[in-house]
Amino acid sequence: MTRQEILTELKKVLSPYTLEKDALANIDESTNLITDLKINSANLVDIIIDAESKYNIEIDYDSADKMVNVGGCIDVIEEKTNQQI
Amino acid sequence: MNNHILNHLPYKSTFRFIDNITSLNENGVTGDFTLKQDAFFYEDHFEGNPVTPGVIITEIMAQIGLVVLGIFLIMKEPGKDISTDPALYPVLTSTDVSFYKMVLPGQKVTVISKKQYFRFGKLKCTVEMLNSSKEIVARGTFAGIIKHIDLK
Repeated sequence: MTRQEILTELKKVLSPYTLEKDALANIDESTNLITDLKINSANLVDIIIDAESKYNIEIDYDSADKMVNVGGCIDVIEEKTNQQI
Repeated sequence: MNNHILNHLPYKSTFRFIDNITSLNENGVTGDFTLKQDAFFYEDHFEGNPVTPGVIITEIMAQIGLVVLGIFLIMKEPGKDISTDPALYPVLTSTDVSFYKMVLPGQKVTVISKKQYFRFGKLKCTVEMLNSSKEIVARGTFAGIIKHIDLK
C-alpha cells in the first residue's frame, strides 16, 4: 500500500469519530486528530482498535503514542503491515 | 469479599451509589445499590412525585460498571496502586444509555457490566441495570479512564 492509499482508507476509519467532515475530506499528513478533527482524546483508543482489525495488525503502547496526527498514523500502519509480509 | 475495593472509591456520602459488589473479575462486575428514600434529588425531581433521575441511573451504572472494574484492573497492573496516589480520579469519557423503566425511592437495583476492552488505560463496557424483579431498567455502553488530575 502507498501512503496515499493508506490515507484514503484512514479517512473511513476516522469518519465515525469526527463531526468535522470538511476537515476530514481535506486531511493531509500534518492533520492533528485532536486539534484539527476535534476527536475526543479517549476515542483515539477506539481508532487504534478499529485500525488493528481493519489491517489485521497489533499496535503497542509506543506505536500508539505516535498516532496523534495523520502522518504518524500512516507511519504506524505502514510499519506494522510491512512486518506481516 | 470483593467489597474492599469500595474503600478506593473517591465518592462520598450523597454521591456514592454502590452498596455491594457480588462478583468481580477481569471480564466484568456485578453490584447493587438501594436508592435512599431521602436522597437529595427526590425533593425536586419531581416535587411530590419522586422519581430517580436518568442522570443518577447513569451514574450508578458508571460507578459500579466502570469505576469498580477500572480500579480492579488498574490495581492488577504492576506498579499501579490507586491508594498511594490521591490525585487519581475516574473520568467518564462516553456513555450511550437507553432507559426502559422508572426507579422509585427505596428500590434496589443490580448493575451487571461486561468488559468490551481495557487498553491504553481506557475501559469500555456493556452495562445493564435490573430492578429487584429482574426487569431491565437501563442498558448501555460506557467508557472511561482513570487519570492523574491535580485539582489544586
